[in-house]
Amino acid sequence: MNTIASLSPTGTGTTDLDAWFDQRFEQKMAERDASHVPSMTLIATKGTLDMAYPPFILASTAAALGWEVSVFFTFYGLSLLKKKLDLQVTPMGNPAMPMKLPFGPEWLQHQEIHIPTLLMSTPGFQAAATGLMKKTMRSKGVADIEELRSLCVEADVKLVACQMTVDLFGMDKDEFIPEIADWVGAASFLPSAQKADVNLFI
Amino acid sequence: MNHTLDARNLNCPLPILRTRKALNELASGDRLTVLATDPATAKDIDSFCRQTGNTLVDSKQLGDHHSFVIRKG
Repeated sequence: MNTIASLSPTGTGTTDLDAWFDQRFEQKMAERDASHVPSMTLIATKGTLDMAYPPFILASTAAALGWEVSVFFTFYGLSLLKKKLDLQVTPMGNPAMPMKLPFGPEWLQHQEIHIPTLLMSTPGFQAAATGLMKKTMRSKGVADIEELRSLCVEADVKLVACQMTVDLFGMDKDEFIPEIADWVGAASFLPSAQKADVNLFI
Repeated sequence: MNHTLDARNLNCPLPILRTRKALNELASGDRLTVLATDPATAKDIDSFCRQTGNTLVDSKQLGDHHSFVIRKG
């Protein structure tokens, strides 16, 4: 017996007060839900062509759903904010990456090509793998990273960059897009992450 | 007013992003027909409408693509 009504000296009206409270509580919670704008904070730590997709896809989609979104780019993730994107991908050290040809006869396009690891270290291999991946993406109607990034900017996704990373790698801030909202550290990111409904580390 | 968005041959998340953009231009009560070939769009567009206060009035497969009708909330 720990309701407020049960503590009243007369002990009367318990049920009425409980019912009133439950109703009010539900009403208030519904009002709160209706006025609540969902929010999401992402940490983008990878700078390869494949791993550039998850943060920009999630951020742009969340913005389309009307959420407030901010993305904190740190370490290699910072390369996703460069004015001139030169993102690469390679199956080296990434054995799950399927290698298929995006051109040629249909039967050949469905064949998975197994490439010996030693061959992957030959000069030009990474550029070729990146070229094939970009071609595959184009042919499947997948947006390129520049497009997704500008859609994020357009939709007011807050792009935040890690100050420590530029210092560490001796980067020049002029290499980055001017839409970066802030150059900060962990202590600035965490309070916004604390209040967000969704937090993801990518 | 009825409007049409052709999002065929586009892949996730573009059909949703284009739908959002198209809806922004419309008035409440207007209808938007979205054509899409990405199979995930059928579920994604339903979820999108629920989140954004729009109504998915119709959803059907037409040959090689899907057709959705959304009423702007």
